Amino acid sequence: MIEVLAGLLVLAGAGFTLIAAIGILRYPDLLTRMHASTKAGTLGSILVLAAMALVLGTMPVVAKTIATVLFLLLTAPIAAHMIGRAYVRTEKTPAHDTTRD
Amino acid sequence: MSPADFLDWCVTIGFVMVMAALAIGFVRLALGPSLADRVVALDMMTITIIVFCGIYAVYTGDASFLDVAIVLALIGFLATVALARYAERRYERDRDTGPAAATKEGADD
Repeated sequence: MIEVLAGLLVLAGAGFTLIAAIGILRYPDLLTRMHASTKAGTLGSILVLAAMALVLGTMPVVAKTIATVLFLLLTAPIAAHMIGRAYVRTEKTPAHDTTRD
Repeated sequence: MSPADFLDWCVTIGFVMVMAALAIGFVRLALGPSLADRVVALDMMTITIIVFCGIYAVYTGDASFLDVAIVLALIGFLATVALARYAERRYERDRDTGPAAATKEGADD
């Protein structure tokens, strides 16, 4: 039962990572590309780390997995915010109409 | 199909998906018109390698790949923040020194 659940989590996590990569390649603008990579990539990594915690199953592994997931959830928005701010401040021509404040 | 066989099958498919994601991210890293596009692609590739470490730990049953994932998460965050600040500073420096200096330094890039 644990194997089946872990397998489904691995498939879902790898699928979300692939979706993030396709979004990075296909979207027209940097801000939409960040929208794909930050959210889908973080969710994919969390699902795969949960599968790893299920399969290995010892206490230190579960604790380290929770710490890694919390770190990813904390740092992904900060990194995306800094890239977005650098882009908005430096780039002169967005791909389509964006209101500038 | 036993549960262990199902897990092996899922891990194989997961490896293929993650390697495809890494290749697609590398295409955006090579194409990306601006520096910020390349930074986003690099950030995504770091997360993809964290996912690869997780799947490999499931494959081998070795917990030490979790430590690799933690360190990669740390380094990826630091690299993203440093590159974003670099892009912002470079723009401000080029703007402060005037358009002539900016075009001269832009030729070096």
